[in-house]
Amino acid sequence: MAAGSTYTPIATSTVSGTSTATVTFSSISGSYTDLIIVANGSITVNDDTYVQFNGSGGTAYSGTYLAGNGSAASSGRYTSNDRIVADYTSYPTTTGGSWTAIYQFMNYSNATTYKTCLIRSNNAGIGTNAGVHLWSSTAAITSIALQCTGSSKWGNGTTFTLYGIQAA
Amino acid sequence: MWWARLLNVISGLLSGAGAPASTTSYESIATTTVGAGGTTTITFSSIPSTFKHLQIRGFVADNATNSNFEMTFNGSAGTKAHRLMGDGSAASSDLYNSAVIYAQRTDTGQFAFVTDLLDYTSTSINKTIRTLAGGDNNGAGRVGLWSGFINSTSAITSLAITPTASNFPQYSKIALYGIKG
Repeated sequence: MAAGSTYTPIATSTVSGTSTATVTFSSISGSYTDLIIVANGSITVNDDTYVQFNGSGGTAYSGTYLAGNGSAASSGRYTSNDRIVADYTSYPTTTGGSWTAIYQFMNYSNATTYKTCLIRSNNAGIGTNAGVHLWSSTAAITSIALQCTGSSKWGNGTTFTLYGIQAA
Repeated sequence: MWWARLLNVISGLLSGAGAPASTTSYESIATTTVGAGGTTTITFSSIPSTFKHLQIRGFVADNATNSNFEMTFNGSAGTKAHRLMGDGSAASSDLYNSAVIYAQRTDTGQFAFVTDLLDYTSTSINKTIRTLAGGDNNGAGRVGLWSGFINSTSAITSLAITPTASNFPQYSKIALYGIKG
């Protein structure tokens, strides 16, 4: 029998101005099974964006991606990184509302296994990207930081909404 | 989302019903968490027909084997699946003669998937599933988009996921959700 509505909005962050380099969801409850972040917006300098858990860097992040740029499909990976590389060929640009992404954090509160994240990132003027990312840590995820790099900042009006999905 | 709930309240008031429309549009139906010793097949049966679409969300712990993970429906195999995949060095496409949702290889570690099964109760159309799946293992891994076809107009009342050459290890979790239309 169905357990009732379970796609629960937890928090929304809307960027104001052009000086925010990092948007962080913190003190995330461990009561859900998966987390989803839906993002839409832009960036002040065209560039990749990143994800980091629990403020933890080091070399624990890696990923494999599949990308299309309108003329060719490609695949690549990164290893032993200090954060997730979220976009590659579908990074945000300075055009407002040009970029969307859905981040799926699976089994995020499990304290026995590493953490796998699936990201779909899309920018109609740049490309589309599907990636799988690993955080080689058994720690439960309690905070998620969505980061720009270098001189780039999240664009004014960029939104991030965090949802929790709880299995029966 | 708050704005969806507000619209539902307004809709209910304008209709004169005096009560807001239902907001329970995404519901958890059943979950399997694999215990010690693992399991070979995960099955969801007696699926209620009260939803429009189904979503299956899965995490499979490190499996260390070469295996395809296939979905079967009402005890029968899906007919076809196409895959667009990246393996970290190249993009490729394949055709399967069953509803494969992920192809794991020894070096790809744990993986996760999200599968959508659309219009599963319809008795006038065949069925389509689509999957985003992937696993990374810091130097190895694969991510892909799978599209599966079920050549049957029967309503789907059960589905099963089976690895062709391994099992679901302990700590794997597969959950079934219903989406109302």
